[in-house]
Amino acid sequence: MTDQTVIAIASISAAALTMALGAIGAALGESRVGAAAMDALARQPDEAASITRTLFVSLAMVESTAIFCLVIALILLFANPFASLGG
Amino acid sequence: MNLRIFNDPVLFRLGPLPVTETMVTSLGVSVLLLLAVLAMRIAVARNPRHWLATVALLTVEWLDGLVKEIVGRENPTLATLAGSLFLFIAGCNVCGQLPGTHPVTASVAATSALAGIVFLAVPIAGIYTRGMWGYLKHYLRPNPLFLPLHLISELSRTLALSVRLFGNVMSGHLVVSLLVALAGFLVPTPLMALELLIGILQAYIFTVLSIVYVGAAITVGEET
Repeated sequence: MTDQTVIAIASISAAALTMALGAIGAALGESRVGAAAMDALARQPDEAASITRTLFVSLAMVESTAIFCLVIALILLFANPFASLGG
Repeated sequence: MNLRIFNDPVLFRLGPLPVTETMVTSLGVSVLLLLAVLAMRIAVARNPRHWLATVALLTVEWLDGLVKEIVGRENPTLATLAGSLFLFIAGCNVCGQLPGTHPVTASVAATSALAGIVFLAVPIAGIYTRGMWGYLKHYLRPNPLFLPLHLISELSRTLALSVRLFGNVMSGHLVVSLLVALAGFLVPTPLMALELLIGILQAYIFTVLSIVYVGAAITVGEET
């Protein structure tokens, strides 16, 4: 196996692992946010506008970790800084 | 297949300055937005019952209400900044659905510039409203030990703003282009509709977060 192959295998495995673990974390977090927002909406339907706005903002904050993982995975796959090291 | 993730093709050069496709597209979006706003301005002045005037009125009232709800009081300057950010980002996200156009916000440089505007607007607004010492004092609260934490939080939230917008728009466009390459004509259509929704939603989130950040700098020290 050349160095290039090792780097390619390591990058692809790391990208897959990054995306998988990142998606799990963001999914669990978003499910909690959604459940709490549903609870709040059921208790106080009058506050729907404010709750929905806060819900979207917090969903975006939680989701950004998954987006960071996606960007890292894409960097590993398409803009890998170590790809040229193996020669 | 047109896979573009981090690169940005240079169209032509103006002297030493390379002009990329993103710059041309964002300029086009700005020109279209300016023309639309000019048409609305004329409609408001000449014929207030025209539908363009109604759209303009609804937009401005919505932005003022958003700022008032988040900051706690009216602030026309902040509403102007937030409105410009929202309209520009929404236009940039939506223009990616036009054939042959790459969304402006799918480039890290563009989103970093937008986040940089918010990063600079926070201390400017804070110093303008609270005075130099009144604003800088909040970095030392509740304890001078918190100074590095405040600085790290300002930097990391700027990074998060730019990467969140970039990641969302770029990944959506990537999924659509992969589906076009794999399946062809009608299959990517629902995803493109989803992209329209996500584009507007991300512009809204960027706007709300910048209002929250700038609003926190304006009202700093008031609650204590």
